[in-house]
Amino acid sequence: MTTPDKAQAGDLLPVRKHVCDEVQLFFYNAVLWNAHRIHYDLPYARDVEGYPGLVVAGPLMGDWLAQVVDEWIEGFAAELVAIEYSNRQAAYVGDELTAGGEVVTVEDGQIVVDLFVKNAAGEVITPGQATIRLGD
Amino acid sequence: MSDLLTPELLANIGKEDQPRTEIVTRRDLRKYAIATGQTLRRYLDGDEAPPLYHVALFWDVVVREELSPDGVSIDKLLPKFPLEKAMAGGLQIQYQGKIKAGDVLTATRTLTDIYEKQGRSGPLIFYEIVMQVKREDGSVAVTETTTRILR
Repeated sequence: MTTPDKAQAGDLLPVRKHVCDEVQLFFYNAVLWNAHRIHYDLPYARDVEGYPGLVVAGPLMGDWLAQVVDEWIEGFAAELVAIEYSNRQAAYVGDELTAGGEVVTVEDGQIVVDLFVKNAAGEVITPGQATIRLGD
Repeated sequence: MSDLLTPELLANIGKEDQPRTEIVTRRDLRKYAIATGQTLRRYLDGDEAPPLYHVALFWDVVVREELSPDGVSIDKLLPKFPLEKAMAGGLQIQYQGKIKAGDVLTATRTLTDIYEKQGRSGPLIFYEIVMQVKREDGSVAVTETTTRILR
């Protein structure tokens, strides 16, 4: 596995598995003060909105992308300076999800990495990109 | 010429929210770190904010009467759009330094753009909100651009 100081285009970042359960989803939305029913009211999510289960909060998956970068650069002179992501497909409580990334470019002291949350089918449901600045 | 976006609607571009000031507490940082599954000690101990913490810090604290029946808070910065079904949204965030326990931060949100595109199954409305988070000394900590799509 590559490290930020030796990163080259095409290098893969360590992946991390996430299975969001009801407790995590409750904690997350409580921290936000987000009362959207699709995150805790299963009959509502299923019968009214037509989802197969409780919907994992979009920005929680965005946070997982930031964690991919944070855990990779930990201990190195490197700093996250920008991150972007979009929630393209929903994920549900109990889904086996994987967060990871790949180095796109390394130039002028900056590393750009593509990030992803994939579902069990291997589809990228939350793509993203981060820019890391290397220090001295 | 856009069919959906009237001059009245487009006049909302540039509209700004009341700035909101919040204190970053160790307790809230710890809750956020646990809720999101952080592994780094400085986040779990509440010393430093994980990169997306400002999303939680500045999520609107609304009273129950201001929630729609599905539990969503109505964003007062937004006009009433002719399309209402929200699709995937995206976030772009730029950082200038870290956020630590004890910081006092002020966020200002501006509706910076509204535009229409033709989607495969009909028109789509895009809007963009920029949130700037500043420290007490006026320096910018975070600039976040949210893009949302309505169909």
